Amino acid sequence: MKSCGIPFQPDDVIRLGHGSGGRLSEQLIERIFLPHLGNKILNDLEDAALVENDSNRVAISTDSFVVKPIFFPGGNIGSLAVHGTVNDLAMRLARPKFLTAAFIIEEGFLIKDLESIVESFAEACRQAQVVTVAADTKVVNKGAGDGVYINTTGIGSILVESPPAVSRAKPGDILIVSGDIGRHGIAVMCARENLEIESELLSDSTCLTFAALELAKHAPGIHVMRDVTRGGLASVLTEIAVASKVGIEIDDSAVPICPEVRGACELLGLDPLYVACEGRFICIVEPSIANEVVQTIKKHDPGRDAVVIGKITETDKNKVISRTAIGGRRLIDKLTGDQLPRIC
Amino acid sequence: MKYVDEYRDLELAKKISKEIEVACTQPWTIMEVCGGQTHTILRYGIPDLLPDAINLVHGPGCPVCVTPVQLIDRAISIANRPEVILCTFGDMFRVPGTSEDLLTTKAKGADVRIVYSPLDAVKLAKKHQDRKVVFFAVGFETTAPANAMAIKHAHNMGLENFFVLSAQVLVPPVCSMVLSEPECKVQGLIGPGHVCTVAGLEQYEKLSRDFSIPIVVAGFEPIDLLQALSTCVKLLESRSPGVVNEYSRAVENVGNHVAQDVVNEVFSPCDREWRALGVIPLSGLGLSEQFSSFDAERVFPDVSPHSKQQQPRQCISDQILLGNKKPTDCQEFGKSCTPETPIGATMVSVEGTCSNYFRFKNH
Repeated sequence: MKSCGIPFQPDDVIRLGHGSGGRLSEQLIERIFLPHLGNKILNDLEDAALVENDSNRVAISTDSFVVKPIFFPGGNIGSLAVHGTVNDLAMRLARPKFLTAAFIIEEGFLIKDLESIVESFAEACRQAQVVTVAADTKVVNKGAGDGVYINTTGIGSILVESPPAVSRAKPGDILIVSGDIGRHGIAVMCARENLEIESELLSDSTCLTFAALELAKHAPGIHVMRDVTRGGLASVLTEIAVASKVGIEIDDSAVPICPEVRGACELLGLDPLYVACEGRFICIVEPSIANEVVQTIKKHDPGRDAVVIGKITETDKNKVISRTAIGGRRLIDKLTGDQLPRIC
Repeated sequence: MKYVDEYRDLELAKKISKEIEVACTQPWTIMEVCGGQTHTILRYGIPDLLPDAINLVHGPGCPVCVTPVQLIDRAISIANRPEVILCTFGDMFRVPGTSEDLLTTKAKGADVRIVYSPLDAVKLAKKHQDRKVVFFAVGFETTAPANAMAIKHAHNMGLENFFVLSAQVLVPPVCSMVLSEPECKVQGLIGPGHVCTVAGLEQYEKLSRDFSIPIVVAGFEPIDLLQALSTCVKLLESRSPGVVNEYSRAVENVGNHVAQDVVNEVFSPCDREWRALGVIPLSGLGLSEQFSSFDAERVFPDVSPHSKQQQPRQCISDQILLGNKKPTDCQEFGKSCTPETPIGATMVSVEGTCSNYFRFKNH
């Protein structure tokens, strides 16, 4: 197993950046979790694990949701908790079937708000065609939580012989993104009380099960599928470049970004490539099927803007390189801590 | 997107790049002063569009990077007081003090908050009259007017629980220091557009005369910078020092009088220590006598460890800030010194030269 960097010191504490999906999260995984919990399956660090039980192969994924604000434009923590987990299953070309749900609720939380969240959760389950088969509730003292947190675990049946994996990208492959990026991150940021940006932007949070059901027909030419979540497109691509030991080259101008997201990013000094989505994914496929895959994704509303944004290269191994709007080149690196707004 | 895409146009970039290539007949070393410009240059790969003869070096214009350790320690010691809410801009959170940064202080339980405007800090003070709200003010001439306005605003509201810890710095004194260095290789300057929007061009005309150097004031988009570089190369080739404003859509020669007046009322120039560079006379802004009751340095007792400003031996960030060296000349770059564990000034903020090289260059 890979271990790198300086070991943690006795007085080191968890910082918010340890949860942002970038370098600091990686350090926690490599130095704390994998050394104690690592095994052949977990070490692959896939969004969903493929396991075999009495010769039945299933995909399992788990995720916790702590979004603030709990209700954001275009969704709430309830729908998000379903989308996040079923999407992770769909990215291994698995059909989501069962879900478990754990609610950790802070004392004083309005019951009517809880009901709205559970209604959204149920509606998202219906859309994703999953059944909630086990659930748990815990209440913590006021001040010990932040309204409500939800954990979901999903189980899905694997639809293809060799599912896409983060380590399967090959030089020559084509990189496709299913739609414009950054809506979720910016919608949530704008909804936070201390950021007075008025916007009608909605989160892109949605269920991507359609991708699994329809793209299964193109397997095994689909080498990698990943949903773009925290850490944004950049983080997903840097993980793939390292896991597959390839270079990834993207065309900056080809990456779809809607004007509201671009505007907010310009204003706040954020790089949209690092802003979170909750209903977008990337696919890395053999060149011969790239057009067909784009057309298949485009048939569904969340994928209507699907487009090719780059390719996999033999050169620049383990790196993501972007061709900039003015024709220069830049490295796309892993996120360092949280993306903090620049001052000037 | 209008007013942005025009300044990121591929064809225009190619045209200006060609002009520079034609105009340039010999090697030139040009420094962009502002960290925001460094960010654009590396984010868009501008060096890829320039002839090899042009050596771009990156200046001291990242106010966050140059905030001295002692002032960060002071902010941390104030933040650790139970009655205090310390507010500052996002990128100050990661600047290391002697033993920790503000993110760690926050993680250990201090009430440290990100604000997007100093007026948000004033609002917090109004809302939490039982607490003391301290705004850690940082920036060049650009942020000074808004920070001064916040203090005036708090004054007019009669707030007695709002304070400012000032790390404000000024551009011309540090430019003068860079250009006075005996080893200075800089032959042309790209001037800081937003600073000039506030301060005007007068001080840059003096710099240009004093050091017989062309200064081209530029904006922050890739086309802005390419155009400014083109103009600077032509001035250098024709041996014509002077100041040219290539950011006329924002900068007027006289600057912004209203902004200057409020800054002059609330702040007064003071000597300031710069991380890695030491004390530069009259290079900072402290609170003026009239507003001294808002000055956190006077109000809160100084209990911070008083570490001597010291640059770790292996770090070359002073030479980078002076334009004498590049991050890739440093043995520790990308090894022991990364944005998570910065050793020197230029790695600590996203606008620092080393941090930008780490993120955008093929290290």
